[in-house]
Amino acid sequence: MESFTTPLLTGASTGAILLVAALGLALTFGQMGVINMAHGEFLMAGAYSAYLTQQVVADTTLSLLLAIPVAFAVAGLLGLVLEAGVIRWMYHRPLDTLLVTVGVSLVLQQLAKDLFGAQGDSVFTPGWLDGHLTVLGYNWPYVRMFTIVVALASLAALAALLKFTSLGRRIRATVQNRELAETMGVATRSVDRLTFFVGSGLAGLGGVAVALSGGTNPGLGTTYIIPAFLVVVAGGLGQLRGTVIAAFVVGIVIAYLTRWFDASMAQVIIFALVVVFLQLRPQGLFTVQTRGLA
Amino acid sequence: MSTRRAEPRPSLRRLQPYLPLVGIAVLAFLLLVVAPAALSPFRLGNLGKYCAWAIAAVGIGLAWGRGGMLVMGQGVFFGLGGYAMAMHLKLEAAMVTGGPDAVPDFMVLYGDGSMPGWWEPFRSPAFTLVAIVALPALVASVLGYAIFKRKVKGAYFAILSQALAVAFATLLIATIKQTGGFNGLNNFTSFFGYNLYDPVNKQFIYTIVAGLLIACLVVVWQLYRSRFGELLVATRDAEERVRFLGYDPANVKLVAFVVAAVMASIGGALFVPIAGIISPSDVDATASIWLIAGVALGGRASLLGPALGALAVGYGQSTLSETFPNQWSYFQGALFILVILLIPGGLTSLVPKVGGRQRRSAAAVGVKEVQPA
Repeated sequence: MESFTTPLLTGASTGAILLVAALGLALTFGQMGVINMAHGEFLMAGAYSAYLTQQVVADTTLSLLLAIPVAFAVAGLLGLVLEAGVIRWMYHRPLDTLLVTVGVSLVLQQLAKDLFGAQGDSVFTPGWLDGHLTVLGYNWPYVRMFTIVVALASLAALAALLKFTSLGRRIRATVQNRELAETMGVATRSVDRLTFFVGSGLAGLGGVAVALSGGTNPGLGTTYIIPAFLVVVAGGLGQLRGTVIAAFVVGIVIAYLTRWFDASMAQVIIFALVVVFLQLRPQGLFTVQTRGLA
Repeated sequence: MSTRRAEPRPSLRRLQPYLPLVGIAVLAFLLLVVAPAALSPFRLGNLGKYCAWAIAAVGIGLAWGRGGMLVMGQGVFFGLGGYAMAMHLKLEAAMVTGGPDAVPDFMVLYGDGSMPGWWEPFRSPAFTLVAIVALPALVASVLGYAIFKRKVKGAYFAILSQALAVAFATLLIATIKQTGGFNGLNNFTSFFGYNLYDPVNKQFIYTIVAGLLIACLVVVWQLYRSRFGELLVATRDAEERVRFLGYDPANVKLVAFVVAAVMASIGGALFVPIAGIISPSDVDATASIWLIAGVALGGRASLLGPALGALAVGYGQSTLSETFPNQWSYFQGALFILVILLIPGGLTSLVPKVGGRQRRSAAAVGVKEVQPA
């Protein structure tokens, strides 16, 4: 029984990372038509921010708490630079944003290699995260639970931002009808920038979680970008809840698949499953009733 | 700019549809006559490698430039052809030294020396040649049918095709006992009975690659001027309208996707005897994107653009990565950013502008993607 439930938690924490990454993608892809293949590198930037914060601040607890806002800001600023430098010229050409950001991703990866070396760097977990809770005879590692908590907190913050704040209202207005929103006095250009900042910052948070659970390396972004996009595709673009469900389902299915197959076979199978799933729901998962991914 | 533009004389206008053939003929002359005479065997081999990529790029031009399907996973089909060919050459090499039941060296090295059953048919040259065409056609048909019939398109399609490339490469790396894993397949000695180290045979293989590139260009030229070519562009620009006219856009896309896959596979198959190796890094997401870069640089919607772009990018990759091995990724990235940002229609889109034929080129390039509501 223990061996059966362990992947559930592992998968949930993988799903949590995918969720935070996919939220940013869904925000920029679904709502602005920008396909950001450099998003994985924002995740990497978040992970390296955590690593650097730890190099500067020796105390692991303090450095972790500091790393969260630092990673958000670093990744968010990178996103702003990308938006201002490249993306804003091509809002009407979604497939071209994909190609351009592939170029950006190559540059950022090489930059990480030059700055930090091709080898990975490890990030130390604070003592209080270094254990596990035993509930009902199962072990629940604190790090994994922390990852899930960070993801859910980010989700809640994003939902609250979109629903309750005036910025959220302006984002939703811009998404629904850009021209009309402009007529009503919404500065849609700054809304675009802020959306990009928030979406990229979220990837930075995901990066902190990745760094905690496995360290950081220049290729980190590539590992997560495709699963994260599959989550966005499977979840559909309509609502956040589609992304949420798809993230956890994909994460948990991958975790179970790696028990029975090796990691690469699991990747192949999850790809096949997403294609099959798109046969059933070509627009992705819109409603909660159809959680039939697995 | 003057509003009056010199219209071609009537006699010239009648010839205009055949102008691309002149371009193909010039390219054929350069590749088949000038290059073998002017280049050293080593350079000629390199050019052959670029030609193999260019064959795949011609297919991408068809699917992406004309069809609007951003195929980011052509490495998969390149790899299907490449590995089919490599498996045959590997068995050929083994059979020369070890008799008819010989097993490729790496299987002895990594495994227990037994050969998986699905390798067996690749001992036959005829089966291998058929597989190089049939295998990608089959995979592309099944996948394309599943995707296009359900109207999965645009970014969804691009991302799925890239995910396929990632999955394929990881699968290859994981199955080291069957596919050579990360190192891929190499150490070939002969090509359908001809010694691979003999310079005459090498030049012969080059001629095959260059000849097939020209053949693919002629096929695509013919496709572009056919009703199918018109339908493909129509589907790219206004899929719903094509549907209302009574055609099924899914079938149109499927044909383009399958043709592109077969071309990629042929390119991959010919890449193997020239490069002497095929490995996961030749077929993974980066390699697939790299093919896209060539097409984008040359001009995705033109006939010759993708091929010329792929040749240029292949040459650039060899020279620049030799000179600046560590900065190579920066060049790669910058190429993407600058081309897409500044010349989305590719270099060939600049030529008509110089000649004063903007209107025609704007229509042909189709950079403004029509987004159906």
